[in-house]
Amino acid sequence: MSSAPPILACRDLALSVPGRTLCRNVAFDVHAGECWAIIGRNGAGKTTLLQTLAGLRKPAAGTILLAGVPIMNYAPRKRALRLGFLPQDTFDAFPASALEIALGGRHPHIPRWHPESAADLKLARDALAAVGMDDAATRDVQTLSGGERRRVALAMLLAQDPEVMLLDEPTNHLDIAHEVRSLELLAQLARARGRAVVMALHDLTLAARYATHAVLMGSENVDAGAAGALLTAEKLSALYGQELVAVAHPHGTAFLPV
Amino acid sequence: MQRFPHWIVIAALALVALAAVAFALTAGSVDIGVGAVARALLWPADDADGAVVRELRLPRAMAAFAVGALLALAGTIMQVLLRNPLADPYVLGLSGGAACGALTALLAGAVAMVTPAAFAGALVSTLLVFGLARGKGAWAPTRLLLTGVVVATGWGALIMLILTTAPEAQVRGMLFWLVGDLSGATRGGPGLLALAGVLVVALFFARDATLLARGDTTAASLGVPVRGTTLALHALAAFATAVAVTLAGSVGFVGLVVPHAVRLVIGNDQRWLMPAAAVAGGALLTLADTVARTLIAPAQLPVGVLTAIVGVPLFLWLLRRSDR
Repeated sequence: MSSAPPILACRDLALSVPGRTLCRNVAFDVHAGECWAIIGRNGAGKTTLLQTLAGLRKPAAGTILLAGVPIMNYAPRKRALRLGFLPQDTFDAFPASALEIALGGRHPHIPRWHPESAADLKLARDALAAVGMDDAATRDVQTLSGGERRRVALAMLLAQDPEVMLLDEPTNHLDIAHEVRSLELLAQLARARGRAVVMALHDLTLAARYATHAVLMGSENVDAGAAGALLTAEKLSALYGQELVAVAHPHGTAFLPV
Repeated sequence: MQRFPHWIVIAALALVALAAVAFALTAGSVDIGVGAVARALLWPADDADGAVVRELRLPRAMAAFAVGALLALAGTIMQVLLRNPLADPYVLGLSGGAACGALTALLAGAVAMVTPAAFAGALVSTLLVFGLARGKGAWAPTRLLLTGVVVATGWGALIMLILTTAPEAQVRGMLFWLVGDLSGATRGGPGLLALAGVLVVALFFARDATLLARGDTTAASLGVPVRGTTLALHALAAFATAVAVTLAGSVGFVGLVVPHAVRLVIGNDQRWLMPAAAVAGGALLTLADTVARTLIAPAQLPVGVLTAIVGVPLFLWLLRRSDR
């Protein structure tokens, strides 16, 4: 385990939604360069956990530390310079080009009344290229398919370029090729550029392939730690209440329902 | 999708606005040429035509421009906040609340209180709509819109109640608040001043507003203080509506149609949409008011009637167009 201080840490975290406690005593440290997968059944609280980690909702108890400082102490813009969040759903109520949307990711970096610089524009274009949407830069997002919109939303987060990237089911609506490509990209950002990635995932095989660490959100308790120890057929079968088998393949392990 | 650079669209709209103002200054019961208008404005002399231009037509054109621009801005802001292109101060009951406040002040004989009462009415309407439509900690745009429509209907009923109980002599003057009429506009300065203020504040929040259109969570994760920004923008829309209603009564459809139409050309980047909608709204209402007062001269139509007659089919057409 790295000896550097964690970029994102939660201590004694308890989460609740109206009428229900989701979990308590959750504690884990996310370091730069790590790629975390949050795994759990529907309604286990993956989205709530991510929103809380992002500083967008108050935990029932406990603290989140972003670079050692409680996340609630950050001014929104200062927080957005260090931490970005891709929500499960984004809205496209109005026409906007893919490039405009990607440029939106630069918002925290640009002072008020200032226009986007050439460097911002380049970062936005690079982000679109990274998700394979550079050809659609001038297309109206409302004419794009669900998967293409999802990739544009991901480009917005890439353009924001924060140290900590939180993603709520980033592979929603994506075909299998883009699913792999997007996760490859995120894992690469963690490995090569020292970003910390935390994402909710449903595909266990892809989680096993790309995650270095995992959070298993069960109904009783939450396990967090190295992916190798947690992403096993035994633990995952118990988590989902569905028997799974691990099948070894040349690139890792696939999990299949029995 | 961007067919023209943003600034070209704004420049073109500014030219249209200039033409609309020129039309407003030259047309009327006496036709005054462009040259004579320019002379009357630049070298004021003691002649009848000059007085007509300076004391009647100019203040009215300025008021019309300010009202149209304020309504278009209020509509732009509300559409982006509700993530719904059907939002507008008239539809959501802000205009109704403002008119109701103004009428109550008139009925009480407190003429000086008309503007504050109109603002209070618009603000009450905003708070009411948000209070009623709020649920599960989030403001669902659809519910908000429906609540707004119901609240607007409620204001309409209250206005009818005031009209039926008011003394006979006051009713005609009060009807003005219902239909939207600029014949009472004798000063253009206050409206334009309010417009300048509203536009600067709106532009201050323009980038945040663009992000809010993509969802509160997206905006918050990009560093927009969602709650404060949303509240400030709603108060701004309420203020813009109140000023517009005080100057011209409740003019409908400008706040709905103008942002919608301008967005088709310039996109939804609020830094461009806000000023473009303001200029287009100002130009449209100046034009509409001039037509309203010259169409069946010497009688004058209330401009609100004209904007509704033009606005309804135009809006239906835009709605069909944007479906494709």
